[in-house]
Amino acid sequence: MQFGIFTVGDVTPDPTTGRTPTEHERIKATVQIALKAEEVGLDVFATGEHHNPPFVPSSPTTTLAYIGARTSRILLSTATTLITTNDPVKIAEDYATLQHLTDGRTDLMMGRGNTGPVYPWFGKDIRQGVALAVENYALLHRLWREEVVDWEGRFRTPLQGFTATPRPLDGVPPFVWHGSIRTPEIAEQAAYYGDGYFHNNIFWPLSHTRQMVALYRQRFEHHGHGPADQAIVGLGGQVFMRKSSQDARREFRPYFDNAPVYGHGPSMEDFTAQTPLTVGSPQEVIDRYAAMRDHVGDYQRQLFLMDHAGLPLKTVLEQLDILGEEVVPVLRKEMAVGRPAHVPDAPTHASLVAQAASAAAEGSSDAAVGAAGAGGGR
Amino acid sequence: MVDGMRVSEDVRRVVVVSAGLGRPSSSRLLADRLVSAVSGAAGARGLSVEVEVVELRDVAHDVMDAMLTGFAGPRLEPVVAAVEGADALVAVTPVFTASSSGLFKSFFDVLDSKALVGVPVLMGATAGSARHSLVLEHAVRPMFAYLRAVVVPTGVFAASEDWGAAGSVGGDLASRVERAGEELAAVLAQRGPRVREVDPFAGLVSFEDQLGAR
Repeated sequence: MQFGIFTVGDVTPDPTTGRTPTEHERIKATVQIALKAEEVGLDVFATGEHHNPPFVPSSPTTTLAYIGARTSRILLSTATTLITTNDPVKIAEDYATLQHLTDGRTDLMMGRGNTGPVYPWFGKDIRQGVALAVENYALLHRLWREEVVDWEGRFRTPLQGFTATPRPLDGVPPFVWHGSIRTPEIAEQAAYYGDGYFHNNIFWPLSHTRQMVALYRQRFEHHGHGPADQAIVGLGGQVFMRKSSQDARREFRPYFDNAPVYGHGPSMEDFTAQTPLTVGSPQEVIDRYAAMRDHVGDYQRQLFLMDHAGLPLKTVLEQLDILGEEVVPVLRKEMAVGRPAHVPDAPTHASLVAQAASAAAEGSSDAAVGAAGAGGGR
Repeated sequence: MVDGMRVSEDVRRVVVVSAGLGRPSSSRLLADRLVSAVSGAAGARGLSVEVEVVELRDVAHDVMDAMLTGFAGPRLEPVVAAVEGADALVAVTPVFTASSSGLFKSFFDVLDSKALVGVPVLMGATAGSARHSLVLEHAVRPMFAYLRAVVVPTGVFAASEDWGAAGSVGGDLASRVERAGEELAAVLAQRGPRVREVDPFAGLVSFEDQLGAR
């Protein structure tokens, strides 16, 4: 089970001081947050991708490569990479490069993006969002697996004799997750490829998450990648913790009340009851998240949103200390209890290389048998 | 067994959505008259009508929360489910600032845009004076047209004076209510109960078909 954090990269005024960090401060803070995540023993750092203010992460591989150079263990990912408006050729190149630079500590999560104007800014039509995600990913999938690609589709210039460089590290493409909150076609896409499915449930009731994950699992099995409980599932989460629940609630309330997305809407009490947002003691967080698998089955990746809504860097780093030291170690133990041995971990570069090697060995022994058979026939 | 099935086929669920804010409100008063006309006219056609009344005031905060969060919270969720499962709607709004009330519109804004496709709707509006009587035609009917609901021809508008006018019993308002009730009952009688999709993913397009789409 992997635990990590994901950032939206919003530049939001701190509602308690009215101070807005500069973009420079926010970008540097993002790096510090990622370094802290590794320091406290988390497994994954993922960044969003946005092309409009008040967000800074427009160039995820630049940031991730910089973080990669200053870390040694943490896996670098995205939440999400815009498969709709980015050229799949450029995604193939950028993330294969990142994969080499980080010695395989790279995976990524595809998403469509929900900001209407971004589509026309990149020459696309939001009404084609799902169709773009389907076609672009089909191309990306081939570019990482086929040396020379001839390709023609609806949304980009055809390719004749194209080779995406660099080739993926060790010939093994980065693992891909598909993120979607309410689009069954995307759960179906993840299932079709046997890729991971990430439900960013942080703003949603669990009943909805459960339905979407169940669909993905069922279709994963349908498409022949193994039993439903071996599908690769990730969930979002959002927490704020202090030793006492009262302190946590008092400190977080102004950030909640003014937060982008849900601020000025439901009360913090309603929202924490209805969504995975948990504001309280570390033990409350542990109890809430240890129960997630009761709803979606044993899963592989849990990412937390920690640096949202104008929380100052100092507070975020404190939160990461609590998460890494008090919460995640307990969750790791609790999630391991009763977890069937056949439920896989999330794929990593090492596991995918091993899998490719054993598939090749099987293939060559098949080939040897085939050759012997042919020889015997001669 | 056959009788049992026929009985269940002859029941229609009508959900009344009233956006009146007062207690009592004239919108609710009109809604009650409309639904009783529907029940009477349906009864004459051998249909029995189950009525559920939704006062949007009771879920007003939840409607706005849903607008902001994108999902219906636990108080709004059963209301949405009732509307999405209704065989017909009676929808009544007060006239505010030359249109339907913001709460009325917001409720339909947070419904799934396909929730009312093909659903018969009888619309009503209340206002202080007859100068607003076309609000149903220029604001409410187009909204239901967008949602692809089947709005019956008669929309019933009631100004304050309609409630006290000498001719109001058996007069203008009563005859409009009766006509509208007849129209909705006639549509209800033509169709069986609404088929509710149990599997939310029933319409899923397989990936092979998505890939093949051109």
